[in-house]
Parts: sequence; structure tokens; C-alpha cells
Amino acid sequence: MLSLVIGVAGAFAQGSRFAPLRWFVAGYVAFFRNTPPLVQMYFFFFALGAITPTVPDDIGMEVPLVSNFVWALVALSLFAGAFNVEIFRSGIEAVPRSTVEAAESLGYTRLGTYREVVLPLAFRVCLPSLNNNLVNLIKTTTLAYAIGVPEMLYVANQIWSDSLNVTEMMNVLLLLYIGLVSLLVWLMHRWERAMRMPGYGT
Amino acid sequence: MTPLVSIQDVHKRFGETTVLSGMSLDVRKGEVICIIGPSGSGKSTLLRCVNALVRPERGRITVSGIEVTAPRLDPIALRRRVGMVFQQYNLFPHRTALQNVMMAPISVLKQERREVEARARALLAKVRLQGKEDSYPGELSGGQQQRVAIARSLCMQPEVMLFDEVTAALDPETVKEVLVTIRELAEEGMTCLLVTHEMGFAREVADHVYFTDRGVIVEHGPPAEFFTAPRDARTREFLGKLL
Ligand SMILES: Nc1ncnc2c1ncn2[C@@H]1O[C@H](COP(=O)(O)OP(=O)(O)O)[C@@H](O)[C@H]1O
Ligand SMILES: [Mg+2]
Repeated sequence: MLSLVIGVAGAFAQGSRFAPLRWFVAGYVAFFRNTPPLVQMYFFFFALGAITPTVPDDIGMEVPLVSNFVWALVALSLFAGAFNVEIFRSGIEAVPRSTVEAAESLGYTRLGTYREVVLPLAFRVCLPSLNNNLVNLIKTTTLAYAIGVPEMLYVANQIWSDSLNVTEMMNVLLLLYIGLVSLLVWLMHRWERAMRMPGYGT
Repeated sequence: MTPLVSIQDVHKRFGETTVLSGMSLDVRKGEVICIIGPSGSGKSTLLRCVNALVRPERGRITVSGIEVTAPRLDPIALRRRVGMVFQQYNLFPHRTALQNVMMAPISVLKQERREVEARARALLAKVRLQGKEDSYPGELSGGQQQRVAIARSLCMQPEVMLFDEVTAALDPETVKEVLVTIRELAEEGMTCLLVTHEMGFAREVADHVYFTDRGVIVEHGPPAEFFTAPRDARTREFLGKLL
């Protein structure tokens, strides 16, 4: 979800007249697209995690202000968000300039044009790629294992260490992931259908 | 009476190409002005200067007391007064005909939905599209889409309408239905500034005709004079080619 917001905001910022903002987004996209997500997660958890303050928990132990779960969430969102920026940008570029002008000539501001015309159309264009990226994101969540977030692989590992049923657990795990991805794909398909534009064969 | 639209000595260039080199014309309330001329002569650019889609380098444009060429222009104040219809219709393909017409008054002018919807339905009926309210642009013919575009502009209740070769992309049968709509508007007293290649239409409907070539207005006059006795050689050549 967060990665979608980043994608939309980033793509909007790239169309901005304020050059430093465009450079910042371009740098962000380049950084997160060209480094492995596992390295990013380590970077967030070990490098940034080490310099964030800690707070005492209810039994008096010092725990980090930002938990490993949040770090995983941030890292993964930024990672997927970088791809989404690019996906949305291509979608936005597919919206004809003349359609944008029609909105402007009706008095729409840049933000209004973006919200009511450009984004809805760009979404329709980039849904398939968006779909791919989100499926990838689900699969990438396994990496959170590396910084000790109890995601599915981690939980499965615990169960099999306890009871030596590795094969069964692997099967369950695969099925769970297939289930999760299918659910996403199904939701995206419904969304695609709901956004169909009659007469355009999409 | 001060003109509703006043264009004075407007210059515009894109990079190296000079597109407008000093065009001036006035449109009074209720008038229909036609602009004709070879393609590339700057007709579209001139219209687009009037609603500030293009900002000229020099010259002065005012619309209904609004200084269009002022450095700090309020585009919404201008664009609610100026409707524009394009050659390629440019409807929003993800919205139905009715929604296309209703969107801007609701979200730009913050008008009440019920009132806008009533007006939008009446306008669609007026352009003879009753029954097509829930069709998407992709399901309509070119002529129907263009009439939705006209209704969409009218729903903003503009004071002047700009038409940029709105029939150029249509097949001959549907040209007529769009021209009929524009003529009715003109007869109701809507101020119109239109670029067209439909000479017969210009002759019947226009109060005044301008001929442009390479960024300047070559000649202008009332249609009876303009079409029967053009003074300039370039005008004669252009009209000769069309007839
Ligand atoms: N946004 C633009 N950027 C660069 N050149 C443009 C732009 N708009 C128009 N032109 C050029 O200006 C000239 C006049 O165009 P236009 O006003 O569309 O003429 P017309 O409508 O009379 O055919 C053309 O040569 C066109 O290539
Ligand atoms: Mg043109």
C-alpha cells in the first residue's frame, strides 16, 4: 500500500517544475532499483537502526524505537515504491497531452488534472506492470527473515526446527504463498475489470 | 462598447520558429468570428493564447475584463469564461458522457451536484444526445463525441466559445450534425471565435471573417465581401484551391 503511495507521489514529483525535487526522486529511484533488496534491508536495520534512539519497554529492557518489523516495512516499501514510480511515470506519459489540455481548458489546476484525469488513465495503462511488481513484493517479504521479522518463512523454520517436518512445512509454505499471490492477482483482476473503459477494448 | 475578447499585436514563437507575428482582432459580445487560413499559419496558437494554454511573448489579450497576458493570471477565472472545443474532441475516456459534462463544474467551480446534473442533462439533450448519457466516449461516433465536448464546455457557462477546426476529424455525414449545433449556439447569441475550413458554414454564420497566413492576418471583412471579392492575392489563391 505504502509503495503505491510512494509511486504516485514520486511520479507526480517528477513532473514538477522544481528541479531539486525531480533530482531527488531520480536519485531515489536509481538507488533502490540498482541495489539488492536484501542489502537495502540490512542497511536500514543495521546502519540506520544502530543510530536511532532506544526506549525502555515495560520490563525495563532497552528496545529500539523503530522495530525490525517497521524497518522491514520501510525498506520493502521504498524498494517496491522505486519501481512503482517508474511504472506510474510510463503510465502518465501514455496519457495524451491533448487530454491534459482539455482538462486545463476546463479550469483544472495541475493537481486537479492529475487527480481526476491523468491518474485514473495512467492507472489503467500500468495495471499489468503494477500487478507484477506487487506479486514480486509479496515474494520479497521473505527477505525480512534476514533481520528477524517473523514473516512466513521464519515461522515455518521455527516449526520445522521444533518438529523435524521440513517437507510438510515447505509444502504448506509454498501453498500459502501461492494462495497469497493468487488472492492479489484475483483482486487486481477485479480492479482491472471495474476500471474498464467501454469502447477501448482494455 | 468594449469588445468581449480583445487581441492586440500578439507575438509568439516556439524556439526558432515564429508562429504569430503581430495578430490583432476583436470579438464583440454575441459576434461569431471565423478564422481561416492554410495549416501552420498560427490559427490554433492564436486561439490557445486566448485561454492561456499558450503564453505570447508580446502583445495584450483581454477577455471580459480579464487581463490574459498579465504575469499573474488567475487561470480559473479566465477558463470559466472561455470554453474551448478541440479538433480531437479530447473527452475523458474513463468517464461517461454525462460525467464528462459534469466533472468540471463540480470540481472546479464547486457547484452543487444536483444542479449541475440537471444542467448537464439538458445540455446533452440540446446537442441531441438524449439517451447517450451513460455511454462512454469510446462507444460514441466522432460527431457524437464532439457534441459531448461542446456540451462539456457549455456546462461551465462560458461567455465565449473557441472552436478549433472541430469538424476537421469527422466524416462528411457527421460534420453537419456538429455544425448545426454550433449554428444554434450562435443564433442564441453565444459569442464564438472559430477556426474552420467549412467555407459554406463560415459564409452563413460568421459576422466577420479573418484570413491568416504565416503568422499575420492578411485580410478580414464581412463574409459577403470577403468571399466574393477578396483583395489579397494569397486569399484568392487559398479560396481558389478550396472551391
Ligand atoms: N507547442 C509547440 N511547440 C513547437 N511548435 C509549435 C507548437 N505549437 C505549434 N507549433 C508550430 O507552430 C506553427 C503553427 O501551428 P498552429 O498554430 O497549430 O497552426 P494552424 O492551426 O494554423 O495549423 C506550426 O509550424 C507548428 O509546428
Ligand atoms: Mg490548427
